[in-house]
Amino acid sequence: MSVARLQGRVILADRVLVSGLDLRLAPGWTCLLGASGAGKSTLLRLLAGLPTAARLEGARVAPDRIGWMAQSDLLQPRLSVLGNLRLMARLRGETLSAPRAEALLAEVGLAGRGAASPADLSGGERQRLALARTLSEEAPLVALDEPFSALDVPTRAMMHELAHARLAGRAVVMVTHDPQEALRLGAQILALRGGEVVHLPALPGPHPVDLADPALARAAAALVAQMRGAAA
Amino acid sequence: MSRILAFLLPLALWQALTGLGLVAPFILPAPVDVARVLWTEAAVIVPHAGVTLREVLTGLALGLALGVSLAVAMALSSFLSRLLGPLLSASQALPVFVLAPVLTLWLGYGLGPKVAMVVLLVVFPVASGLYDGLCATPEPVRDLARITRAHPLRALIWLRLPHALPHLGAGLRIAVTYAPTGAVIGEWVGASKGLGYLMLMANARMRTELMFAALIVIVAMTLVLNLATSRALRRFGM
Repeated sequence: MSVARLQGRVILADRVLVSGLDLRLAPGWTCLLGASGAGKSTLLRLLAGLPTAARLEGARVAPDRIGWMAQSDLLQPRLSVLGNLRLMARLRGETLSAPRAEALLAEVGLAGRGAASPADLSGGERQRLALARTLSEEAPLVALDEPFSALDVPTRAMMHELAHARLAGRAVVMVTHDPQEALRLGAQILALRGGEVVHLPALPGPHPVDLADPALARAAAALVAQMRGAAA
Repeated sequence: MSRILAFLLPLALWQALTGLGLVAPFILPAPVDVARVLWTEAAVIVPHAGVTLREVLTGLALGLALGVSLAVAMALSSFLSRLLGPLLSASQALPVFVLAPVLTLWLGYGLGPKVAMVVLLVVFPVASGLYDGLCATPEPVRDLARITRAHPLRALIWLRLPHALPHLGAGLRIAVTYAPTGAVIGEWVGASKGLGYLMLMANARMRTELMFAALIVIVAMTLVLNLATSRALRRFGM
């Protein structure tokens, strides 16, 4: 069952950035690795239907509703926690009911914090609120553009577990430059290399893989070695 | 401390200059004489100040409404921004003060031309400040509007406007400083009330100390307006 598909090639300033593209996304986590400037974020934006400098020559099939988490949490400082949670519904001209909002806050461990200002939240709490805001969309496809890269290591690990649990059953595609993060979460691991998308072996489930699992460290080390070999 | 000194030092210099008889009182009256007139002629000055204040506040309110409307219209429509943008900039090449006689000719000697003068001075900083702010919404924030396919008006209210408020605040601070000047110049051209009128009348009667008293009230009014605006803006985080 495919939730979204991106096919064809990506052109940037008359140059082929990615060729032979055939990205299929089924429910579950897909992680997209690649060096800086390889076009990971471009690919993700094309998939999400967001404007980029590049254009797609091919076909895009994607659901109407797409969840989006960016590198920064994009919390609006003038809105309360609850206001930020309701933002997506407001932008769509819909309403998020009070019980549903409260339930979403509880899901990310922010129950009872609705009236607080985002400025009063810690880095981890801010990213949890951003996750709740994404969850409020109830989108079958969720695109994540390195949303955890700015977090400290324990907070990032906690966010992996929370995001994985809460986004279960949806097609999630996450861009990351961290092989360990990709291996921990991804049921499908892709890498952008030399203008092509290559499939890399993922760890067998269950995901997220336990951080203490020696297989994770081994696979990550192997992946880094492979990426360095490809870069050399 | 330095604030008080910045206020007292020129005052002391002024008093010394006049007290020593270096300048004739009809050229520069002593500060104590001006203070005395402020007190004894308060019954004359206050109604005139009330008229000017009314012109300033009415002009500010209308100018703010017009400036915000223009900025929002330009932000929502690229056609309007192409049409009004150059017009708005060109309007600044024209010194608004030269329009005072024309405004009096068109609108008479009452409140109209003074308010119009204030409006003309207020619209530009408000409109251009807010418009710049509305155009400066960070791209990642605009992505939230794109991903939800938000109606432009909703994106404006929930994302662009909150980010533009500091720009609007900066424009408003400038506008408030100019507004009393606009009203007074309007009064110079043709009025029978207001602090500008009082200044001209005092000048014609060689009552320099009354002219200075009116001047001080204008300065005080501008300062209080500035302070009140700054306070109000800070309250809203602008």
